[in-house]
Amino acid sequence: MMNNISTLILPLMVLTILTWGMLNKQPVYEHFIDGAKDGFDVSIKILPYLVAIIFAVTVFRASGLMDFIAAPISHISARIGLPADVLPIVFTRPLSGSAALGLFSDLAARFNPDSYTVKLAAIIIGSSETTFYVLSVYFGSVSITKFRYALLTGLIADAAGIAAAIWIAHLFF
Amino acid sequence: MNYIFYFLIAASIIYAALTGNINKLSEGMFEGVNLAVKIAFSLIGIMTFWLGIMRVAEKSGMVSTISKLISPLMKIIFKDIPADNPANADIALSLTANAFGLTNAATPIGLKVMQELQELNTDKSSASNAMCMFLGMNTAGFQIIPATVIAVLAGCGAKNPADIILPTLIVTTIAFIIAIITAKILEKLWVPQNNGEFANDE
Repeated sequence: MMNNISTLILPLMVLTILTWGMLNKQPVYEHFIDGAKDGFDVSIKILPYLVAIIFAVTVFRASGLMDFIAAPISHISARIGLPADVLPIVFTRPLSGSAALGLFSDLAARFNPDSYTVKLAAIIIGSSETTFYVLSVYFGSVSITKFRYALLTGLIADAAGIAAAIWIAHLFF
Repeated sequence: MNYIFYFLIAASIIYAALTGNINKLSEGMFEGVNLAVKIAFSLIGIMTFWLGIMRVAEKSGMVSTISKLISPLMKIIFKDIPADNPANADIALSLTANAFGLTNAATPIGLKVMQELQELNTDKSSASNAMCMFLGMNTAGFQIIPATVIAVLAGCGAKNPADIILPTLIVTTIAFIIAIITAKILEKLWVPQNNGEFANDE
């Protein structure tokens, strides 16, 4: 049911916008073409920023450094209700959405999908975003190189989200 | 960003060299770069389509109607954006698309918001307060239905995969509110824009 709502909303948005235009006697086709002209430029403009961030993240993961940093933290985190198995997901989530989802699928396949560990990981994935990716793409599209406090805000929100996830998962599962 | 970029790459290469992981790293390098190109190219079609649709919404007055409806709320959160600016409505649309997990629609609309905010920005190379707030709300990842996660859980045989919807909604709401509060606080503490190059550099 929930999935149906998600798939329904996109076509509905398109229909509403176009109908609104027609009711207001607008040349919808001309406006569409006019706006669409920028699509290519914007996509290409973010390419260098994407390459930079994805390069840095892949190297960080492929070198094994990420796991090396995560290992000592896992001893402490397990005590506050964050199992060591969930930690790689916590670290990967702000960097790469597809990698985090891959780790989560792996976790859900290896563990009991109804366990606390898997549910906690599910909540963390579902309630957060790929902070680094979003910042580099969005700022890249307007050529901004000084992020000021945007990154700190994103990371504090991520940390708050993880703390909240542990708390809520304890209450629910 | 300079420090983070440099640290991630330099530390990774040194670590890989010390642990004999350098082959894996070399492979990863090119994989990562190709992935970036793939993502950028896959955006072209979606981007073009949504920018077209959004222009229709703008020209037919739909955007300004939404702006008027949400302007009291926007005045509190984004005090730097004039009430009649199309950015107001586009921010609302972008957050709505995100909330429904429509990444394909959210990214083009979000990039359009960035262009509108850049026009209002006084220092074109550094992030304005409105941009930091918008991206803070964005990276908090407010989502009503985590459809992909539910699909994975269902695929792995979870008894009731939908039971994560409510806890996820609570957590995502907390993170979203924390992001807004954090951005508001940092806005006061951080060095204002145009106050020297180095002071602003994160």
